[in-house]
Amino acid sequence: MSVVEARDLVKSYRAGDVTVNAIRGVTFAIEPASFVCFVGPSGSGKSTLLNMIGCLDRPTAGKLEVLGTDVARLDRRAAADFRGRNIGFIFQDFNLVPVLTAYENVEYPLVMVQKRPSAERAKRVRALLEAVGMADQADKRPDQLSGGQKQRVAIARALVASSTLVLADEPTANLDRDTALRIIALMKAMRSEFGTTFLFSTHDPKIMQEAEVILTLEDGRLTKDDMRRAA
Amino acid sequence: MNTVMKLAARNLLRYRRRTALTSTLIVIGVVAVLTFIAVSGSFKNMMIGTITDSMLGHVQVHRRSYVASIDSLPLNLNMSPAMVKKVEEALHAAPGVAAVSERVKFGAMFSNFAETTSIRVNGIDPAREAATTPLLPARVRDVPHGAPILERGEILVPVLLARGMRVKAGDEVVLIATNKDGSVNGRTFKVRSELESVTGPGGRDGYIHIEDARELLRMTQPEVSELTIRLTNLDDVERAAERLAASLAAFTNKAGVPALEVHSWQRLSPFANIAKMIDMLTVFIRAILVAIVLVSVMNVMVMAVYERIREIGTLAAIGTRPTRILAMFVSEGLLLGTLGSAAGILLTLGVTAVINTAGLTFDFGQQQGIPLVAQLTVPTLATVGAMVVAIALLASLQPAWKASRMDPITALRHV
Repeated sequence: MSVVEARDLVKSYRAGDVTVNAIRGVTFAIEPASFVCFVGPSGSGKSTLLNMIGCLDRPTAGKLEVLGTDVARLDRRAAADFRGRNIGFIFQDFNLVPVLTAYENVEYPLVMVQKRPSAERAKRVRALLEAVGMADQADKRPDQLSGGQKQRVAIARALVASSTLVLADEPTANLDRDTALRIIALMKAMRSEFGTTFLFSTHDPKIMQEAEVILTLEDGRLTKDDMRRAA
Repeated sequence: MNTVMKLAARNLLRYRRRTALTSTLIVIGVVAVLTFIAVSGSFKNMMIGTITDSMLGHVQVHRRSYVASIDSLPLNLNMSPAMVKKVEEALHAAPGVAAVSERVKFGAMFSNFAETTSIRVNGIDPAREAATTPLLPARVRDVPHGAPILERGEILVPVLLARGMRVKAGDEVVLIATNKDGSVNGRTFKVRSELESVTGPGGRDGYIHIEDARELLRMTQPEVSELTIRLTNLDDVERAAERLAASLAAFTNKAGVPALEVHSWQRLSPFANIAKMIDMLTVFIRAILVAIVLVSVMNVMVMAVYERIREIGTLAAIGTRPTRILAMFVSEGLLLGTLGSAAGILLTLGVTAVINTAGLTFDFGQQQGIPLVAQLTVPTLATVGAMVVAIALLASLQPAWKASRMDPITALRHV
């Protein structure tokens, strides 16, 4: 079963008097444990597509199944529950909760979303912080961490709830080239370790080279479906 | 829930200056309201206690129309002995009645053999009067504690009258009175003592023994002008008066209407209106506190939501339910209200302690040097504290609701 399956997916919205067709009949499927990159110029529909896959937005037409669920049918609360159970998010600006430590940020989905027992939480959070190389920074708050460190914590947070799918909208845009490559390498390593499917968007050609599947969007249409195997 | 409260506490600490400013506003409001309630409430209770316990009693029973013409102290509206006996039997059987005393009230001329003036006199049974108005003995000057305040042939002279007429304890004076048939009679009395004035009706009346009053007025039978009643519980006075009125409704005149009237102290003393005004002021002051808490907490929570829109978007995106986001912001308001309320109550306890130890006094009417006492009860503290917390909760609901309903995509795009 595909992790994501989109068929004739359309998304349009009103911006004042104008109807914007952000996605115009896109069809694709993403297999489990893939490392997929959406590329394309600004306004091509990358973020809109990621938002729909992440159950943050609904398609106007077509079919979108995520992990076998028709996400267009989910109401607000069901969508929140679905995201909390299955999808991890990594943001361009890291978006860590500023009043929580690195440990607490990673622990957040287990406490506030999945409500896991304390002992299980501690074990899982420590394992993830160890995996992303942030165990020694666990007690620091986001304002005490560098951009790369913050993104590592964000990756741990995205994976801590045993998410099957992680969506990352321009996860390296605010990082220098070396840090960006290390973050992509870390995401890849996490994919290999946990079998998680990673979908991310980027503008950076060097970053997109790291992807195993590249889906190119232009003007809301999928123009190129480039499959490759990483070395 | 712990995590929600932890997040709320840390977010409040994140904006320390704003939190401190809002908390200070709440604390000032709570202290102002509680101090006003403490001082005005104790003043009100003290004045009510003085008026009822040294003069009026809690409830009075008169013949119909007596109170309407009380300025002329009409002797033709006295109660007959047969009526008094039946009424007293009914009163003693009624629940909540602690003591009953009889009074004969009349106007007289007061002479020191050199000058003459008018005086309002109460004829009383000293022991029964002390049971219904237990502060009366305290108004009597120069009489040792526990000694009878009045013997037959003696008069207690209001202090202002005693000074004006230059009479003192032990002097002989004459009372001249007209009875209900128009016959004039006079009698000498020995001044037992001066009587401290108190604010309110009857506060400057003189007192003689009830038997002396009846002799002076040449009553052929022991009539009574008013029956003064002390209740076991002053808080219940209006309902008690209604119950007594109902139990005395059987006493009717020839026209078939009730022959007796029952009045609570509120109906007899103008201070009841001042007490009502104090209560109304307290309500207004509480309303101001509500406004302070509502505006300050709502303002701070609106700012908190506005500043954390992206954070809200992130929390929503990673699966936090709207109700949890609502709970996070409501908890901040709740915490702010609780802290402000608790600090305000603690500070008020300090302020009231300072007021009570400073020994401040004030004058009211004829009474001088009344100690300014600040008294607070646990229910008052609990009510005001709970009100502040509830208003803070209410004030944070709208911003919290807005936060919980935010579209995650719009929130994440917010700059």
